[in-house]
Amino acid sequence: MSSVTERSSAKERRSARDARIIARDAKRKLQPGDFSGGIYPPHNKAQSTAEPIGQIPLAEDLIVPLHQHIGASAIPLVKLGQRVLKGEKIAEADGLISCPVHAPGSGKVIAIEPQPVAHPSGMLADCIVIRTDVEQRWCTLNPCTDFRSLETDQLLEKIRDCGIAGLGGAGFPSAVKLAPRGNWSIDTLIINGSECEPYISADDMLMRERAEEIVAGVEILAHLLDEPDNVLIGIEDNKPEAIATMRKAVHGTRFNVVSFATKYPSGGEKQLIQILTKREVPNSGLPANVGVVCQNVGTAYAVYRAVVFGEPLVSRVTTVVGEALQQQRNVELPIGTPVAHVLDCHGVERKQLQRVVIGGPMMGYSIDNESVPVIKTTNCILAPTWHELPPAPPAQDCIRCGLCAEVCPVSLLPQQLYWYARADEREKLQAYNLFDCIECGACSYVCPSSIPLVQYYRASKGAIRLAEEEKEKSDRARERFEYRKLRLAKAEQAKEVKRQARKRAAEIARQQNQQNTAPQNGSAAAEQERDVVAAALARVKARQASPEQQLARLQRTLTSAEHRFERIQKKLTEATASQQAQLRAQLKEAQVKLQEARDKHKQMKEQQADEEQ
Amino acid sequence: MSLMRVSSPHTRSGLGTSQVMLQVVAATVPGILALVLYFGIGVLINLALCIATALVSEAAVMKLRRRPVLFYLKDASALLTAVLLGVSLPPYCAWWLPVVGSVVAIVLAKQLYGGMGHNVFNPAMVGYVVLLISFPVDMTRWVGPTDVLHGVADIDEAFSMVFGHMSVDGFTRATPLEIVRNHESTLLAQLYEAEPVFATGGLAGSGWEMVNFGFLLGGLFLLYRRLITWHAPVAMLVTLTILSLVFYDSGSSLSKGSPILHLFSGATMLGAFFIVTDPVSGATSNKGRFIFGAGVGLLTFVIRAWGNYPDAVAFAVLLMNFAAPFIDNYTLPRTYGHKAPRRATDLEER
Amino acid sequence: MLQWFSAISTPLLMLGGIALLFGALLGFAAVRFKVEGDPLVDQVDALLPQTQCGQCGHPGCRPYAEAIVAGEAINRCPPGGQATINALANLLDMEAPTLDAEHGIEDVKRVAFIREPECIGCTKCLQACPVDAIVGAAKQMHTVIVDECTGCDLCVAPCPVDCIEMVPLEITLQQWSPEKPLSAAGLIATDRLGSLSADEAKKVSKRDVA
Repeated sequence: MSSVTERSSAKERRSARDARIIARDAKRKLQPGDFSGGIYPPHNKAQSTAEPIGQIPLAEDLIVPLHQHIGASAIPLVKLGQRVLKGEKIAEADGLISCPVHAPGSGKVIAIEPQPVAHPSGMLADCIVIRTDVEQRWCTLNPCTDFRSLETDQLLEKIRDCGIAGLGGAGFPSAVKLAPRGNWSIDTLIINGSECEPYISADDMLMRERAEEIVAGVEILAHLLDEPDNVLIGIEDNKPEAIATMRKAVHGTRFNVVSFATKYPSGGEKQLIQILTKREVPNSGLPANVGVVCQNVGTAYAVYRAVVFGEPLVSRVTTVVGEALQQQRNVELPIGTPVAHVLDCHGVERKQLQRVVIGGPMMGYSIDNESVPVIKTTNCILAPTWHELPPAPPAQDCIRCGLCAEVCPVSLLPQQLYWYARADEREKLQAYNLFDCIECGACSYVCPSSIPLVQYYRASKGAIRLAEEEKEKSDRARERFEYRKLRLAKAEQAKEVKRQARKRAAEIARQQNQQNTAPQNGSAAAEQERDVVAAALARVKARQASPEQQLARLQRTLTSAEHRFERIQKKLTEATASQQAQLRAQLKEAQVKLQEARDKHKQMKEQQADEEQ
Repeated sequence: MSLMRVSSPHTRSGLGTSQVMLQVVAATVPGILALVLYFGIGVLINLALCIATALVSEAAVMKLRRRPVLFYLKDASALLTAVLLGVSLPPYCAWWLPVVGSVVAIVLAKQLYGGMGHNVFNPAMVGYVVLLISFPVDMTRWVGPTDVLHGVADIDEAFSMVFGHMSVDGFTRATPLEIVRNHESTLLAQLYEAEPVFATGGLAGSGWEMVNFGFLLGGLFLLYRRLITWHAPVAMLVTLTILSLVFYDSGSSLSKGSPILHLFSGATMLGAFFIVTDPVSGATSNKGRFIFGAGVGLLTFVIRAWGNYPDAVAFAVLLMNFAAPFIDNYTLPRTYGHKAPRRATDLEER
Repeated sequence: MLQWFSAISTPLLMLGGIALLFGALLGFAAVRFKVEGDPLVDQVDALLPQTQCGQCGHPGCRPYAEAIVAGEAINRCPPGGQATINALANLLDMEAPTLDAEHGIEDVKRVAFIREPECIGCTKCLQACPVDAIVGAAKQMHTVIVDECTGCDLCVAPCPVDCIEMVPLEITLQQWSPEKPLSAAGLIATDRLGSLSADEAKKVSKRDVA
């Protein structure tokens, strides 16, 4: 009896505690937390927020890369010379984590070939180049007035089919992120309007000008995630206008706009989750593991356009900024617009231009070819003068000052990583959690010795990944080698078994023969056998024609081989360069055969000579 | 102009290593002023000798290693080492003491370990300790402060003493820490009345308390500029305070000295803000710095109270330098998303 | 006499007992925790690149691993290069020698490529490939499975029409990562390289990195 009351009281206690936790969570929901580390670089956002989001004339050629973000490259659906309409799907997703690509403008496909793309390597990648026409006609779209009438699967398919990828950073395909996952229930949807990188104001301007659409998009996202308890729109407090418009737009909904102190990198997914929910995404886990899904405001807007108007992702708002430009603002750019065209439209002074950065000054990458196109993840084109972003001074020795460790938002020890990266101690690097580094650049930013720390980490990460791939490959090679050895051994064994069996059979036959012949010579059985043997011998003899015949046959082979050899040789002299390689191979083959024939012929002749003697 | 291709980030905060070093050097100015005011021109001679020797040795080593000499001299780390060594040497000591000390500090303690950022021990303290052990008599002959001596040595006298034409003995007095350490069967109160050094500086000895106050000011400047964190200095000072409080014994004949004496005499403040905070040879994380500082405080007091040397900051720092990698290993921060910090020894866990 | 005996017998008995006990323990452990095979050979084998190329003079990587454990030099694997030598030296706790040039020199990663129009379908390369990375049949064109090719070079020689070449394996956009920065303040590695100014550092960057 007493145990029952105890148990119930324990249960009560537990439920009371749960209630307390829920109450506390509810109370602190709107009180943003903080993450460790972080830096306070100058914001540099005012330059590009003075003007509304603008438009520029359409570029002559739109270069649409097939690989624009994390995941597999898309597979082209169009042919060279084909006319495409704006919004038409020109490449299909390849696999789950991949996005289809749509024509950002109507026109003619003039090339499907490797082109320079916006990638820090400066390497080429496959692109579809569209020569734009004047009419810019949209293809027929598939609008939907009430998204709630659609099934989740249909909605997801729609988002996927419109090629929506995260517009904030790495560009993870949105449909994958929004797809329900069996084990994890999502209780929080975070809309990332933090935009912590200096210079970039694309999300800021989008929130200022298109808050209603963003909120409509958030509604779709919330619906997709089965209406999570909390829907938080996080915005850094250096964007008061965006906060105000967003607050107005969410009025009357259950969404909350949370503003928090400006600190880089608060816009990192993990950091934002920590700020807004005080939860930490486990390492090698996903936000979903702690009940959170995070989407960028730009993505919410794109989802809204995709679902309600059926519009695929063919343009995005990009900040065009930097003192080398006469005009600095945000523009809505069709995907595939060459960077050079964008810069030209903003009055770039190439003499002052010392680098072009895709993305912000903290995490963006510089490109050395202005012809690279804008892609889905291009949130900023930064064209600074030398004076604005001077190149780093030569690196000095690390003095272990520890500033880097203090600003690291994921509490790594950047200086230890630096030593190990220099020494290529890969095990140590992994022990010090190199792969938790988000490459935000805070450590390099504060380093008094101006050591390019992030570059070391990127190089080491790449080297480790490559080494792991090689290890995997070598393990596979070992397996294949072992298997091959096994297979050969088995084949050998099988042959051996057969040989043994034949030998035994012959033995038995001989024994039987002896037994049979010894006692009763000339019996019917023995006679029969002898007949068989004689017949076989006769057959063999018949097949083995007379030496003269054999010689004649060989002679024929030899002449035909010679002929063939000469023929090919003649062809070779007349052939074009492309055919020559093939012919040469044939020639070689003919030569080999000729040699074989000659050898045999010679052998035969010698044999005959021997026999005659 | 062709476009540059460089790795991010493309922007940096303005603070460079040489600026850090120069600001630390600037922060020593109040302490140096107090030293000069109370102990005379000898301090400046020491500093000049140290700086000159240190820069020359650094340049020579760089030349030998075939490195750009100016590039390395500009980082001002040799200058800082020289200044820190210079202020810890007894004024009017023979000229070769600062010279030998600086050469040892720069060549032996710093460059032979691989140069800036690679030295295991604090170079200035290595220089000091090598001198202290090799030349204990010269190194413990501190001149008395001006108000005890009623005047300081003039420039002529100073140079005669430094270059060996004149003995420094006429000016030397026991330092407050020595007095307190060597007192036998006298109450502290009696000692304070009897010794002239405590006549004007009742707390921690005339001159010494002002010097320490000067270094404290400099330290606060460094804290204000965020060039150092509070962890190591506070830990050291708090440990020292607690221990001296415990063994103060209300000023009996067995007393090890008052907390005020320990905090404001000897090299306490110099150590707390300029030596213990040396990032190269100290612990790395904030937690580690706290432990490092506490260790220095503990060892300083232990050696002061029961050891053979009157002051012990240098020994304490060097001993803790040994322990720094060990401390680092056990004070790793917990990485975001991980359950527990990972030790360097936990290699098998991937 | 008896007293003397008892004085010496107690420690003798005790020590003997302890010896027996530990002997039994060791014997038990030897049986119970017996290690199957030679784990060191496995460890060495795991570090070798598994090209099965035979450049070391052994018919495959495992035989070489066995030979290494038996005391052969560890610097006879050109495909693995210095990285493998360093890893082996680390494992075996010895100084890392440089690659023995007699067995070949370190080169970029390559894979076999069959110029298909020239292939006569002789299947000779199929038989030579140690990892079954070439597909084809008699009188049919052959081709190399690039992902499985170890770049061992063994298929090149048997080809009667010389239609196989080794092409360098290029990294893809996804695999790309920036190079390690070159450090003007490089320490030990550059010490041997003579004069080094911040500007000159570029010239030695490659060696510094390595």
